[in-house]
Amino acid sequence: MSLSGLNSLYREMILDHSEHPHHKHKLENSTNKVTLKNPTCGDVINLEINVSDEKITDIGFTGEGCTISQSSASMMTDAVLSKTITESLEMAQIFSDMVMGQKRSAEDLEKLGDAAILSSVMQFPARIKCATLCWWALRKSLGEEVDD
Amino acid sequence: MDNKFQKIRNDFPILKQKVNDEPLAYLDNAATSQKPQAVIDEIVRYYQNDNANTHRSVHTLGERATEEYEEARGKVQKFINAPESREIIFTKGTTDSLNLLAATYGETNINAGDEIVVSYMEHHSNLIPWQQLALRKHATLKYIELTADGQLDMDDASRKITDKTKIVAIAHVSNVLGVTNDIKKLAAITHQHNAVIIVDGAQAVPHQPVDVQALDVDFYAFSGHKMLGPMGIGVLYGKSKLLNAMPPYQYGGEMINFVEKYQSTWTDIPWKFEAGTQNVIGAIGLGKAIDYLTEIGMQNIADYEHELVSYALPKMLGIPGITVYGPHDSTVHNGVISFNLTNLHPHDLATALDMDGVAVRAGHHCAQPLMKYLGVVATARASFYFYNNRADVDQLLQAIQETKEFFKV
Repeated sequence: MSLSGLNSLYREMILDHSEHPHHKHKLENSTNKVTLKNPTCGDVINLEINVSDEKITDIGFTGEGCTISQSSASMMTDAVLSKTITESLEMAQIFSDMVMGQKRSAEDLEKLGDAAILSSVMQFPARIKCATLCWWALRKSLGEEVDD
Repeated sequence: MDNKFQKIRNDFPILKQKVNDEPLAYLDNAATSQKPQAVIDEIVRYYQNDNANTHRSVHTLGERATEEYEEARGKVQKFINAPESREIIFTKGTTDSLNLLAATYGETNINAGDEIVVSYMEHHSNLIPWQQLALRKHATLKYIELTADGQLDMDDASRKITDKTKIVAIAHVSNVLGVTNDIKKLAAITHQHNAVIIVDGAQAVPHQPVDVQALDVDFYAFSGHKMLGPMGIGVLYGKSKLLNAMPPYQYGGEMINFVEKYQSTWTDIPWKFEAGTQNVIGAIGLGKAIDYLTEIGMQNIADYEHELVSYALPKMLGIPGITVYGPHDSTVHNGVISFNLTNLHPHDLATALDMDGVAVRAGHHCAQPLMKYLGVVATARASFYFYNNRADVDQLLQAIQETKEFFKV
């Protein structure tokens, strides 16, 4: 029996975020809004943010998905709230590198806050997309070109 | 019987491995089947001894390759009881077969205002070619509804198929709901309205005897890889009268009669539809798979799988918090069981089951309209083949139990 192996992916913090996601609500009068889907599993994220003076002043998400996608979105909203656009996009890059197994410094990973715990998803290649969907939504909402 | 099927398992080398330190319980057979040693050996034998291009070369290897390729066609013909071997066209798979039909039969026979009838349980491969054809031709696409327990609503089929209908495209066995549709009856209704019936048999041919004459279907498509054969080979059966009247699908080598500077004429069926170098080893491998299946007997396979479903389905239905889609009555349920656990996404479920060595599919199963119809985003799906056994089912049940405990659902 090897469900114990699941512990490396479904850490307590990930399960907590998934059960009680932070910032899971609609925003009133958001400045940037984007919907992204993961066509292979049907997961959907609607991400809304308020940007003023180049800063993310408010953020919220709705949609549905698995434990990994929900907790990742929750941790991302914590991480990027009140960060500048430049900082947020840098974090998106750090996150993407991290789950793809590319080495980033401890200092970089610290910038992600709780979200750094999702480095564990690297060992489950089929699930990487679940973790990155929200970050792609963030990139797109901040005006980066993203393949849907 | 059970004993015989236990021995059969040894013919499949891939099943002997461990996955995540657990014995592999491969329950993703609706996606693809594993290959017996006989098929693997056949592929090696062909490449070591007989490999050449077919229908072109006068030399000995060319003769052998051609003979074996055409022999495979004959095996397919017998296997589905087609009247003639020239009615068997080799394709890349079910998707390719159905796209061929949409691009040839569909293109020449569908006009504005015509109707094409499909059902809510179609796989995308038997839906999108018709949806796009309808858009191109300003034809109407109609969906046959399902009954509350997930079977095809035959009363609705009688209503939806009308004199305006030109094509009825329907799955023989659903890849999600595990139901077998009454093709014979649907063919009769279709023919009353002078339309043709096109059947997606991808989930039927590997698991039960199929007789295209008894069903009286006009076209029938299926894939080799779901029935022990290699990937990249499939079949399109069509009545010769219809195939003869259809334009070619692709142009190029070996599908021509005479080529002049500004005109060409086409060779006869089936080769008219087999342009370019074909997947010869795919066909020969499929032929070997058919030999293997025939030796066991398709009725025996159907009976054995049925027994396995009768064992698995009631036990699965007994798990608190589980939803099983499709009929709950084992007598009308094939070896495809789609399910969800309350408060757990099927992808989390599939990852957890994999840690216990159990391979299932999770997702929309290339049937997004059906997912919407069922009101779900995705489901998990366990699908059996005759090399599975009760131990695989028990391993699945145990893994589901452990998953529930892990996620506290």
